[in-house]
Amino acid sequence: MSTAAQDAVLSAQGLVMRFGGITATNNVSLNLRRGARHALIGPNGAGKTTLVNLLTGVLQPTEGRILLEGEDITRLAPHQRVKRGMVRTFQINQLFDSLTPLQTLALTVSQQAGLGTKWWQALGRNRAVAERCEHLLEQFHLTEVMDQPTRVLAYGKRRLLEIAVALACEPRVLLLDEPVAGVPAGEREELLQTVAALPADVSVLLIEHDMDLVFSFATTMTVLVNGTLLTEGTPEQIAADPQVKAVYLGHGEEAVHG
Amino acid sequence: MSAGSSSVAARLLAPSRWRAWEIVAWLLIAAAPLLFSQHAPLINEVAIFALFALSLDLILGYAGIVSLGHAAYFGAGAYGAALFAKHVMPDPLVGLAVGTAAGALLGALTSPMIVRGTDLTRLMVTMGIALVLLELANKFDNITGGIDGMQGLVIGPLLGRFDFDLGDHVASIYSLIVLFVAFLIARRIVHSPLGASLQALRDNRLRVSAIGLSVQARLAVVYTLGAALAGAAGALLTQTTGFASLDLFEFHRSADVLLILVVGGVGWLYGGVAGAIVFKLMQDALSSITPQYWTFWIGLFLVVLVLVGRERLVRPWTWLPQRGGRP
Repeated sequence: MSTAAQDAVLSAQGLVMRFGGITATNNVSLNLRRGARHALIGPNGAGKTTLVNLLTGVLQPTEGRILLEGEDITRLAPHQRVKRGMVRTFQINQLFDSLTPLQTLALTVSQQAGLGTKWWQALGRNRAVAERCEHLLEQFHLTEVMDQPTRVLAYGKRRLLEIAVALACEPRVLLLDEPVAGVPAGEREELLQTVAALPADVSVLLIEHDMDLVFSFATTMTVLVNGTLLTEGTPEQIAADPQVKAVYLGHGEEAVHG
Repeated sequence: MSAGSSSVAARLLAPSRWRAWEIVAWLLIAAAPLLFSQHAPLINEVAIFALFALSLDLILGYAGIVSLGHAAYFGAGAYGAALFAKHVMPDPLVGLAVGTAAGALLGALTSPMIVRGTDLTRLMVTMGIALVLLELANKFDNITGGIDGMQGLVIGPLLGRFDFDLGDHVASIYSLIVLFVAFLIARRIVHSPLGASLQALRDNRLRVSAIGLSVQARLAVVYTLGAALAGAAGALLTQTTGFASLDLFEFHRSADVLLILVVGGVGWLYGGVAGAIVFKLMQDALSSITPQYWTFWIGLFLVVLVLVGRERLVRPWTWLPQRGGRP
């Protein structure tokens, strides 16, 4: 095992995913250091979402393995990975529409606090849970909408809640799947600020099309093309890489805003 | 900061606080057997069906598990209580516990079949389970009495003091108390983190697993819970009528309880109670006016209710065109 893999919080080793005759992920290895701000980029169809699904356990890889803090989690179910500290957000909001943001966060926080099955105790009876919820609502600018059903919230607020729920799970590794996708310009700044202010000890893997966000946020990057790892490096190295320019940045407008 | 989190806590706790109308409603329900003692059999039936519908509400209304075979657990509880009364002892409270346990056991055993698959497979599997139990009860007639059922069951006095009378007065009070206790438990559950997770299951199962919860384990827990309460309702019916028959497992029982819940309101704790009252009173009134064709009117009511919507039906003034063009 290389030293990079030993130091890594999350380590994917030789992941292969085949759907019938199609190889969506072809021998991809990825190491995420503690406290990393790592971006995963690549054109549409590069296999970014498949890779996220492999890491989070939605899909089982055909070959390869995944280690979280040195523990092999390749065969664990998605919820078991969350319990071990690997949490994701979704490209398309996956929220509880009939619950309010406050209830959603209280449910999530209660679950992490081990109160999830205490059926005789009302949600919010626990003081620590209420305090944590209040903190998260403030941090994610959700305080003024905390009592509205999630289904009526503005898109930007729903996007913020998406990340707030993930952070309420107390992640050690956080996978952000296109966090600013579809957010109108007016609500963007709020979201970018919260992403930039994520706790330093949380290791973040950012999957993103938005190059402004990628280059302002990430300190290291991986480029994925056709299911294969093209190159890795700092944003400066990636930006200067002629290969990357050819397959990805060369697409100009489409790549930047797609 | 502490003032802020206490207001957050207050907002979280607000839905679990008792409203004035709830207390009034339960006082009225408690007064019913005294005010309308000549209708005690009907009150008893309403209470039992309200409990049955409440049990379906937990799994369908809260957790979003569709079922066309909830009678399976109703029947299991009913036969469990009947067999216990016949072979072991006639005490009604112990029998009720046995019936509840029978429902829960069957629920736990069958839950692996309903935690996977789609809504359509769940509809078919739940219906299939009830059909299988119906035939089993028919086949093993040395135990269940088969097509004749189990008649003339002797149920002992409640708490050793109150004999079940022919006018169903004790029965109606007994069933209402059991309904109230079950309602209190369901109310607690619904407002707890466990209850919030049930609504989360209904809304988005993908996210439920993404916050570290096992979707299948939660579905199995709530399904078992619903089955237990259905078993309690079945046990009450056997105990208060003194017989158990194959009819308990019939498809129309599963359909009726779904209808009752839809009439009263799905995903609302009082839906089962309100639905049972409306449905049973309507059935009672219509079948005395038109004994042959009352199901026509029930059917018509159901179609109108679902198409027009309960909210608009209860508030007819909202049918008028609104000035100011509210969307």
